[in-house]
Amino acid sequence: MAETLTTAPAGLPAEEPPKTGGSRHRAKGWTAALPLMLFVGLAFGIPAIALLGGAFTSDGSLSTANLTESLQGAYLTALLGSVKLSALVAVAGAVLGTFLAQAVVTSRFRALREAVLTASGVLANFGGVPLAFAWIATLGNSGVLTSRLNLGDHGWSLYSFWGLALVYLYFSVPLMVLVVVPALDGLRPQWREAAQNNGASAWQFWRYVGIPVLTPSLLGGVVLLFGGAFAAYATAAAMVGTVVPLVTLQIADALTGNVLIGHENVALALSFDMIVVAGLVMAVYLPLQRRSARWLR
Amino acid sequence: MNGARVEFRGLRRTFGTTVALDGLDLTVEPGELIALLGPSGCGKTTALRCVAGFESPDAGAVLVDGKDITRVPANRRDAGMVFQSYSLFPNLNARDNVTFGLRVRKVPTAKRHARAAELLELVGLPSQGERYPHQLSGGQQQRVALARALALEPQVLLLDEPLSALDAKVRVTLREEIRRLQLSLGITTIFVTHDQEEALSIADHVAVLKDGRLEQSGPPAEIYDRPATPFVAEFVGTMNHLPGRVTGDEVEVAGQRLPVHGQRPDSPDVDVLVRPETVLVTPDPEGEAVVVTSSFRGASVRLRLRLAGGTEILADLPGHDAARLAPGEHARVRLVERPVLVAPRTAAVADAVPAAG
Repeated sequence: MAETLTTAPAGLPAEEPPKTGGSRHRAKGWTAALPLMLFVGLAFGIPAIALLGGAFTSDGSLSTANLTESLQGAYLTALLGSVKLSALVAVAGAVLGTFLAQAVVTSRFRALREAVLTASGVLANFGGVPLAFAWIATLGNSGVLTSRLNLGDHGWSLYSFWGLALVYLYFSVPLMVLVVVPALDGLRPQWREAAQNNGASAWQFWRYVGIPVLTPSLLGGVVLLFGGAFAAYATAAAMVGTVVPLVTLQIADALTGNVLIGHENVALALSFDMIVVAGLVMAVYLPLQRRSARWLR
Repeated sequence: MNGARVEFRGLRRTFGTTVALDGLDLTVEPGELIALLGPSGCGKTTALRCVAGFESPDAGAVLVDGKDITRVPANRRDAGMVFQSYSLFPNLNARDNVTFGLRVRKVPTAKRHARAAELLELVGLPSQGERYPHQLSGGQQQRVALARALALEPQVLLLDEPLSALDAKVRVTLREEIRRLQLSLGITTIFVTHDQEEALSIADHVAVLKDGRLEQSGPPAEIYDRPATPFVAEFVGTMNHLPGRVTGDEVEVAGQRLPVHGQRPDSPDVDVLVRPETVLVTPDPEGEAVVVTSSFRGASVRLRLRLAGGTEILADLPGHDAARLAPGEHARVRLVERPVLVAPRTAAVADAVPAAG
């Protein structure tokens, strides 16, 4: 689920850290990082090795059979479904979150700002079964609003791709607000005034200055939302079961032997596919980020 | 680039209960550099922002060459502005910052680059065009900001405390360059500052503002030598407050009688305002004044002396004259014979000597 906590990607110029010289300094720096590296090794490295080992083992020998199977039929559909859902949630969440954040930042009411930021902090971490239940009780087949407004007669179903997207946006938009508010706060009023002073309209200010300055933060936000939605499981499991094909649901089914037994290693191969997708996203994101943040270096 | 006449007419602007401008009337002649000087909250920046179009006055008007521009949007005004600091677009290099206005006006790239080179040369940064703002020093950033403000050849140049974030040495160099540029371009310039030395050293005219009103406007020498009000006298330069007594057209102070300049308070007991450099001190073992402290300031020495009645007075002397006036030495004190300003008596005489220069 999206219990990702919110570290905003750097959006504004920061002082460069002083360069430490000499190997002794460097050695000291590494010593300080040891506990972290140990933790990462244990909590991330070992599972990753186990995952790779399992994914490439079939009937006790090295094989790509699991991987091949994980990229076929229902598994492939689920993987693509997850990518589609996550991309939609990431882009829509980023756009909506940015507009909401901009509204809050420009508002003169301090209380509104505080309220929205606090609510965002809570809602960005609202997920899993409780979130699913909240939506089922409100807009599910016999939810309060569904029956009051007779939404069922109009073809409404929460248990669909779009319903799931809506629910995912419920935690993705607040997450985007948290990510982008510091970046919006960093847009200095002088820049807007200087742009006006040079004859620019509001739109020209955003086009030439505002959006380029925000882009590194916005890209970071999109990737964060994509990751949150891509890895989400419990909400989807509680809400749609197998109605909407998602890779996390397929992994769970394969692990628990829900449909077929002996597919644990296919689950590991699917997890490996997820890592590859995340890697591909980063491969697109990093150069874009570097390009958009050229002026920061 | 030809300068325009800028007129403030009865400009009034309030923020909630705070009155920033309270009927400001002021005219800036074509090609002139005027400094708006005053303490924080006196309305000088608000006045400037009314010319730029970032503030709209509640009443009154701003005229440029006789044309009322009060309601013209900021992006259609013909005025270039340099802000206090950090106003360069961080995502654009120096060259693109300078030519931002030309880009907005869809001037072709080649032409823009040529103009940028010309402008960066003008502000002394010919080889820094590729650098981003965070790669430039504070002084260089302000030079780029100046080039950007001049890029569209505006009728008026507006400078909002452009030097206040810089260190002392850069501040002095840059202000002299601003003045040199302003004179060569002949552009009407409004320079907002709270630094009286800055205002006196580069402006043709200094306008001293207090509580949103014009207190006095005139050439620097006049503001310094003949301040119209005690506020101006106090704000520009250092002033001694000496107890005195008005009789007729004269005031008796420190054993001398001096003509009174300007308004007289109702009460005959007044504070007489005297500049430290008009206090003459001669070493004299028989003298009634005693040197309390002596602080060396390079070319001059500032002495604090206690007079016979216990009043303290500041005096500025050339360095070599002060060699024999160590703390504890006796001296004779005389005031230069010239008309002086008087103000209502302030409470405690002991507090009356301002410490600040």
